[in-house]
Amino acid sequence: MASLKDMRNRIASVKATRKITKAMQMVAAAKLRRAQEAATAARPYAERMAEVLGSLASKVADKNGASPLLVGTGKDQVHLLIVMTAERGLCGGFNSNIAKLARADANRLIANGKTVKILTVGRKGADNLRRDLGRNIVERKDFQGVRQLTFSHAEGLAKRVLEMFEAGEFDIATLYFSEFKSVITQKPTALQLIPATVSEAPGGAAAKGAAAAVHEYEPSEEEVLGFLLSRNISTQIFRGLLENSASFYGSQMTAMDNATRNAGDMINKLTIKYNRQRQANITKELIEIISGAEAV
Amino acid sequence: MAGTFRFELVSPERVLLSVDADQVVVPGDDGDFAVLAGHAPVISTLRPGVLDVTAGSVHKRLFVKSGFVEVDPSRLTVLAETAYDLDDVSAATMAEELKTAEAELLAAKDDSAKRRADTLVSELRRLSTRAA
Repeated sequence: MASLKDMRNRIASVKATRKITKAMQMVAAAKLRRAQEAATAARPYAERMAEVLGSLASKVADKNGASPLLVGTGKDQVHLLIVMTAERGLCGGFNSNIAKLARADANRLIANGKTVKILTVGRKGADNLRRDLGRNIVERKDFQGVRQLTFSHAEGLAKRVLEMFEAGEFDIATLYFSEFKSVITQKPTALQLIPATVSEAPGGAAAKGAAAAVHEYEPSEEEVLGFLLSRNISTQIFRGLLENSASFYGSQMTAMDNATRNAGDMINKLTIKYNRQRQANITKELIEIISGAEAV
Repeated sequence: MAGTFRFELVSPERVLLSVDADQVVVPGDDGDFAVLAGHAPVISTLRPGVLDVTAGSVHKRLFVKSGFVEVDPSRLTVLAETAYDLDDVSAATMAEELKTAEAELLAAKDDSAKRRADTLVSELRRLSTRAA
């Protein structure tokens, strides 16, 4: 049985922990709002890009000699998995969920006899995947100490990926990140980057189709498409980064909220136990005094 | 004059500018072109240069590095990674941009990259001497 002093210390320590988790939750909430704003602000660009790309790609895709960024290299032997995670933990299952999805895909591809290369973005993903897929990790990037993600971060990454693609180091690139659905739900997502997945939103494409069909292209359709396709990589990576950071803070907020609540429960339980013990001690002492007095 | 049209300047990070403009001169890859309301639909890539925006009595000059434009009869959307308002931008920023552009020019491997970097450098030089 722990002594009263031990229990007091224990309660004090849990209280301190609760304060920390509470503070972290509030910080995460504030950062989440900023991350969400950044993600929303970035949407118009991505949407416009996707629209133009969609209408262009549907025209050019079936022609021979289209950019390998769009139609692929014609092989699917070497896969590049770009796994984006956070730099920090204490965010529930956020990092491990992304890593789990990527690991499952990697193992499936390896089982099918494909070559898997992994590029990790963010420290936690690399740490997580290193254990069993360490040999497949070709490169690690992290944004440690970066306060505000800007497009140039995404561009740097995209440039590296394109260099690797041009050097023929892989055939298919897939991006793994966590899609921000809401503050409480984040979904690990795989998005094929190369060859580009051109999404044609059913409603949007029909509405835009008529307008886009009459566009003239300068200098030429192929050149605009080529420009857009390489730009699209950075845009998608940027989107992934922003979604990831919003998801991370959402996830961290939920995790810290849970931790705060658990700490509260624990404090209550410990306090009750402490008071019981204290009373028991007092009663015991009283009995001792009284029986001592009676004996006299 | 056919009136105004919606001009939007969008960067990957946010919408930088959204105004009703009378005329915008766009530095297209195949040469500058002016957009008025009711312009024929065009999609063009941009070369480094200055967007000249006239909206009522307000006149704005915006420097863009690269990107593309989508023109509709009632709308003009410019998607650019970086844009500077030439009236606001400091000489230091321009000098820094020039420095990175020059480094890019030196690092450029193939012809098209070299050409792009070259236009960027000369455009920046021209602008910074004029600003100084």
